[in-house]
Amino acid sequence: MNHPLVENYFRIDKFPHIWCPGCGHGIIMASIARAIEKLGLDKDKVCVVSGIGCSSRAPGYMDFNTLHTTHGRALAFATGVKLANPELEVIVISGDGDLSAIGGNHLIHAARRNIGLTTICFNNNIYGMTGGQYSPTTPTHDKGTTAPYGNIDKPFDITQLAIGAGATYAAKTTVYHVNQMDKFIESAIKHKGFSLVEAISICPTYYGRKNKKGSVVDMMTFLKDSFVDHKVAEKLPAEKKEGKFLMGEFINKIEPEYTELYDGIIESLKK
Amino acid sequence: MARQVKFLQGNEACVEGALMAGMRFYSGYPITPSTEIAELSAVRLPKLGGKFIQMEDEIAGIAAAIGASLTGLKSMTATSGPGFSLKQENIGYAALTEIPLVIVNVQRGGPSTGLPTAPGQGDVMQAMWGTHGDHPVICLTPDSVKETFDLTVRAFNLAEKYRTPVILLTDEITGHMREKIEIPDQSEIEVYNRKKPEKNEDYKAYKVYDGDIVPKMANFGEGFRYHVTGLMHDETGFPSNSTKNAGILMDRLMAKITDHLDDLVDYEEIEIEDAEYVIVAYGGNARTAKSAVKKLRAEGIKVGLFRPITLWPFAEARMNEISKNVKDILVTELNYGQLKLEVERVVRGNCPVRFFGKANGEILIPEELILNFKEVL
Amino acid sequence: MADNRENLTIHIKEDWCKGCGICIAFCPKQVLGFNENGKVTMLDRENCIKCGMCQLRCPDFAIFLGGKE
Repeated sequence: MNHPLVENYFRIDKFPHIWCPGCGHGIIMASIARAIEKLGLDKDKVCVVSGIGCSSRAPGYMDFNTLHTTHGRALAFATGVKLANPELEVIVISGDGDLSAIGGNHLIHAARRNIGLTTICFNNNIYGMTGGQYSPTTPTHDKGTTAPYGNIDKPFDITQLAIGAGATYAAKTTVYHVNQMDKFIESAIKHKGFSLVEAISICPTYYGRKNKKGSVVDMMTFLKDSFVDHKVAEKLPAEKKEGKFLMGEFINKIEPEYTELYDGIIESLKK
Repeated sequence: MARQVKFLQGNEACVEGALMAGMRFYSGYPITPSTEIAELSAVRLPKLGGKFIQMEDEIAGIAAAIGASLTGLKSMTATSGPGFSLKQENIGYAALTEIPLVIVNVQRGGPSTGLPTAPGQGDVMQAMWGTHGDHPVICLTPDSVKETFDLTVRAFNLAEKYRTPVILLTDEITGHMREKIEIPDQSEIEVYNRKKPEKNEDYKAYKVYDGDIVPKMANFGEGFRYHVTGLMHDETGFPSNSTKNAGILMDRLMAKITDHLDDLVDYEEIEIEDAEYVIVAYGGNARTAKSAVKKLRAEGIKVGLFRPITLWPFAEARMNEISKNVKDILVTELNYGQLKLEVERVVRGNCPVRFFGKANGEILIPEELILNFKEVL
Repeated sequence: MADNRENLTIHIKEDWCKGCGICIAFCPKQVLGFNENGKVTMLDRENCIKCGMCQLRCPDFAIFLGGKE
């Protein structure tokens, strides 16, 4: 017997996947499939697009129209797919480096356009595929192979970056808070317009080891203890918020969607 | 719609040709001297139910076009020098993933920002070797407004037929020059559409079936659910680390070009038959060469013109044959002698190969070419 | 998870388990453990409440609720 989700939404012959023991990416990939299942989407009409990196290997396992593109460019390819065929439900899977470093320009512009793409950022705070270099989301003072004396960069908050650029749906969650993740990914896919779910993942192999974060379980426990819903946090006294990271749904609003606006132009020209 | 006589720029003729070839998607980024292609596409495409999008940068411009092509829309992007450099990685992606696409590069002067409003032909070798790794390349270059129209149609057809990006390498001369052009009726245009699989069962996205040149290409969204990756892949389309598989794929990609030279290679010859001397020129600069050959012939000098229309793959066999019967070949280009290297290589010492060109943003005038040519006499 | 939990049971696909221990650590009833291969195994099926959290947090699709065989 196989995992029912794998049977129905994955390319079972490609398993087991390439990710390291304890890597959180598989949890997010499963959550995406559950959301698709829950929404009852037609597999033939789902397109999953990725760039380069650990997370970007996900589409190869997923039984949809899948496109593994060049580093950082997933959103740009996906924009072409979506505009060319708005019927398709286009989901972009991108890592923190892929999405906010080399692909940062595409992120802000896809958000600005409010094009109906769902972006799931697998954020593990490191470049995993290349062996543990610091990324735009590596916390200051943390180490990477290219930050041997501690990172002096200030990290991006990808969720807030997307909101600043105009995303109409944005949420942050972690691989520990998996029920919440399911809910957010489902809402993001349903959302008309640009949506982003930043899923905080764990990279025990590179980030964890380099920064002495302990075992896989220790890293998961850290997520459990450190992330608090921003609505809950509002009511907490200051001392209880110290050292906590905010998660939750940060924006969910309706604005005109890009491909619908373009179809409006086409319609208006028919007159 | 009957034939229409128009007075158009090369860049405008490019869009007219693209639309007749079936272009329904354009994505790009503004850059001189190619911007008119984007502007006219923005006007025309939505009227035909097609899509235009101005992307945030050159890289996104080609990426979106590749994505759109996967859904079945014939797609194009246009750019010039700096943008062509930025697009290289994704040109390689389209080559390896075999996604039909037309990339127009209206060449301008110089490296870097150079001379944005002046002509140049410095991207000839970049068109062939610009992206990393070996890969198939088809590159066409027109010398007139009408030919820009024709070659744009051809570029789309070749992209669909061989499932590969096709580069239309024009230049500021042909791009901005206005000429009278008779646009044929749609019924007179031969349009090639990619072969699509009929049935889902056992579809292997990268398997070449009997009698085909390339794998059949399903549109995303039509039930085939296949995988596309820029990693080396096997017939199924999924990544493969096998060096054997990589070899098979690379050989097949390269053979798409080398096995079909008769279909791909195109050139024009003027007064070559009895020529003792040959001038080789292409693109906008070939206009200067045509004029020079005419004047030299009027003086009784037996000189002919060889004009590659397909720059890549280069007309190797024909150039070699011609070189056996002439005393000298003069290659003229608006660069420091890029195609000259290729001509030299293919004539294999049969005759001397000289070079005359400029790369300062000026065009060559026939008189200076004639003066240089006469040094050989 | 599925409505009818009566008929469900935990399945483990040992080949796919990479032994990360997430399911074991966060099982609310602590019914899972490692076997001699360092992979997950069911230690106490009786006390499993079939909440499915192991399935949700398994990165490797190696543990899941399925029909009784």
